[in-house]
Amino acid sequence: MKVLLIAEYRDGKLLGSAAELSTFAQQLNAESAMLLIGNESALPAYSGTLYLADVAQAGEFNPSGHKQLILEVIEKEQPQLVVLPHSSYGWDLAPRLAIALNAAQISEVLEIKDGELLVPACNSKLRRQVKPTTEVGVVTLQAGAFTPSEEPSGTPNVVKLTTTAAGDIQFHGYEAAEATGVDLTKAEVIVSGGRGIGKPENLVMIEALAKALKGEFGASRPVVDAEWAESSRQVGTTGQTVAPKLYVACGISGAIQHLAGMKKSEFVLAINTDKDAPIGEVADVLAVADLKQLVPILTEKLNAL
Amino acid sequence: MNILVCIKQVPDMESRFKVNAVGDWYDTADLAWRMNEYDEYAVEQAVQLKEQVAGADLTVLCIGGERVKETMKKALAMGCDRGVHILDEDSYQKDPYAIASLIAEFAKDKNFALIFTGLQSQDRGSAQVGGMVAELLSLPSLTTLVDFSYVDGNVSGKRELEGGTRSRVSCSAPALVTCQLGLNTPRYPTLPNIMKAKRKELLSIPAADLNPQAARLQTLSMTPPEKKGSGLILEGDPAELADRLIQLLKEKTTVLA
Ligand SMILES: Cc1cc2nc3c(=O)[nH]c(=O)nc-3n(C[C@H](O)[C@H](O)[C@H](O)COP(=O)(O)OP(=O)(O)OC[C@H]3O[C@@H](n4cnc5c(N)ncnc54)[C@H](O)[C@@H]3O)c2cc1C
Ligand SMILES: Nc1ncnc2c1ncn2[C@@H]1O[C@H](COP(=O)(O)O)[C@@H](O)[C@H]1O
Repeated sequence: MKVLLIAEYRDGKLLGSAAELSTFAQQLNAESAMLLIGNESALPAYSGTLYLADVAQAGEFNPSGHKQLILEVIEKEQPQLVVLPHSSYGWDLAPRLAIALNAAQISEVLEIKDGELLVPACNSKLRRQVKPTTEVGVVTLQAGAFTPSEEPSGTPNVVKLTTTAAGDIQFHGYEAAEATGVDLTKAEVIVSGGRGIGKPENLVMIEALAKALKGEFGASRPVVDAEWAESSRQVGTTGQTVAPKLYVACGISGAIQHLAGMKKSEFVLAINTDKDAPIGEVADVLAVADLKQLVPILTEKLNAL
Repeated sequence: MNILVCIKQVPDMESRFKVNAVGDWYDTADLAWRMNEYDEYAVEQAVQLKEQVAGADLTVLCIGGERVKETMKKALAMGCDRGVHILDEDSYQKDPYAIASLIAEFAKDKNFALIFTGLQSQDRGSAQVGGMVAELLSLPSLTTLVDFSYVDGNVSGKRELEGGTRSRVSCSAPALVTCQLGLNTPRYPTLPNIMKAKRKELLSIPAADLNPQAARLQTLSMTPPEKKGSGLILEGDPAELADRLIQLLKEKTTVLA
């Protein structure tokens, strides 16, 4: 089996997902080659052929241009799988490649089980084992699912590609996340409220519990999207990544994008009415209860200590 | 100007899921159904665009069994002008490519200036259908948008990247965009609009009429996650629970010290 790995490069940096792509190839026992649309000054630690196109020419966000480059390399390498990170870059490119290649696409692979690919369904409450019926497959990998066990090493054998970038999308630059508000990464205790709080008024309970534990309050994305809390409070892939001594998740289901931001916490307490909520997979304790009842009592008792 | 928005009906994610008898999908009995969350943002953005452009006509499309009509009515009540229901009782067996092919086949000669889809469906979570429809129709696509604007045939927006960074992108219409959570504030249908929606056109087309394509993906099995958490599960009276939690925090953490 041969796989082509598509590394991601953003804003002058090679992203760490490149190493996860290599780990995936190793776990499959597959031969691999890598393609990077980036820069010679930031090469991955990788032993194998690295096709390198200069980002200055190819454009940093130029999906149709990148698609053409990848198709060229596929022509040379004839891989059975084309592998990308399941990131805003990867999930954007993958369907473009799948249609061009008449290939099946498999999104967000989290494990190789008995040689087949496992993907999540229904907010991680179920798993699905899937297989392409086509000769070539396009695959994206869940962030963190194939983290290498040791620091990657190796020097790639660089093959340069030339490119003339023309695309149907214009890229006008980046906007950083707002740097105002609270810095959750410094908090030793974080009590977060999710959609399960039901209404904005109930955020007061979450704040009170956070205060009783001398910590900060955080939130899952729906709470921030609904503007019940400001964006600096959001925990997850598109918010803050935190690792406090105690993380209390109240009314949070435990979607992968939320878990990515808090699973390194030392101790996780979840309060949820749903015993099967995926947050249970990372929680040290799951209290099956209505947060509207449990949170105020817990706060009261803590304050009385 | 013609606009299309594609929506999917999905189960409430707080449901208790069981695997079906064949073992290739979840059992659809006893589930509560709703509009895919991402598609609520797509419908809202499409309605806002329709309100912005004089004379615009907005079609909402959904592939699925009879049941999905309920969800389509919500989209009509939010402001879509007409509904196209592609009737397929077994749509869950189609992979994203097969779904995208049906949408593209329907859309190919309708001159849609803009097509809106959600970033992903909550049950399948594949984030494929939008991008595939665009490729099948040779349209530029802007994905994962948290900001959208349309001025004189120019579509611009902000894509959401990891860590909360955004990138500013644009392209010319006709185009397809995929909508991320938080793009806007989806409206609640008002009672008069719910009544009005009942009189709106809701056309049913059998999937078989749209040159259906074979799936490219095969599901070998569907299972609950193997590794259940190793954590403790506590149930009971809230006051007793609170005492036990405090005891645990004292034993296992240093935060109460
Ligand atoms: C690209 C991308 C990036 C994302 N980035 C982030 C991110 O950074 N952070 C993030 O959080 N999400 C992010 N998301 C969204 C994520 O997928 C989920 O939609 C989100 O985390 C769900 O939030 P939630 O758990 O609060 O809500 P839900 O999933 O709706 O869960 C609510 C929970 O509350 C429980 N509940 C309900 N009532 C009660 C009650 N009375 N008492 C106790 N429990 C109750 C329910 O059982 C349920 O488990 C992202 C999604 C995408 C696609
Ligand atoms: N059965 C369907 N009918 C109409 N649109 C759909 C259907 N399935 C998916 N879509 C659209 O495609 C988007 C992405 O879905 P998916 O690729 O399944 O994650 C959804 O947000 C919808 O806008």
